[in-house]
Amino acid sequence: MRTEFEITDGPLDVAGVVGSVADTAAGAIAVFAGTTRKSFEGKAVRHLEYEAYAPLAERTLQEIGTEIALKWPQTIGLAIAHRLGTVDVGEVSVLVAVSAPHRREAFAACEYGIDRLKAVLPVWKKEVFVDGGVWKENPEWERERGGEPP
Amino acid sequence: MSTPSGVTVLLFGPAREAAGCSQTVMELPTPVTAAKVVDALSTAHPNLAPLLGRSRLVVNQRYVDADASIGPDDEVAIIPPVSGG
Repeated sequence: MRTEFEITDGPLDVAGVVGSVADTAAGAIAVFAGTTRKSFEGKAVRHLEYEAYAPLAERTLQEIGTEIALKWPQTIGLAIAHRLGTVDVGEVSVLVAVSAPHRREAFAACEYGIDRLKAVLPVWKKEVFVDGGVWKENPEWERERGGEPP
Repeated sequence: MSTPSGVTVLLFGPAREAAGCSQTVMELPTPVTAAKVVDALSTAHPNLAPLLGRSRLVVNQRYVDADASIGPDDEVAIIPPVSGG
């Protein structure tokens, strides 16, 4: 399985990420794009702000890739891209693309990739409203990861 | 008598905002452990204390337990609840 991981301050290139997993042996490419919703519980969201612990985030993406290669050995390509900084409403903040011979494993691996990312990737998102901001917490977060917390 | 050791702790997202800085240096008596770093952070940055109880400590990009020992050259970071995606 080949992989391509990117954590970037700039806009994400959806076609580029999808193209990076394209392969003539693939019968399917599954893509998940996370985008910025315009409201949260009725409040208008101005934009999102993301920040990361970049070296650990890159290592964590490699680990997610290793898990996918073990669970779906038929996977041909995996690409994950996460944007940092300010992301406006309607824009893409995260992309997961998986190519495989058939769609079922492509869908399954893609869903696993975004689910794991939300549980373990050291990235933090602030929802900014007109009257302030709130740091979000993913319900999937695995605090017990790697032993008991201090 | 143990020699104080300076440990630099990286702070991100809500932890950075609560502490008002993206990194902080803790002077701690050796031997330094993860639990001691967390305790010292709570004292030095009371606004950070509630979040620390729900955070993890990472040393050299590895999640560690409370009794993990920390040296002066280690890269220490607080990982508050994540919210990527």
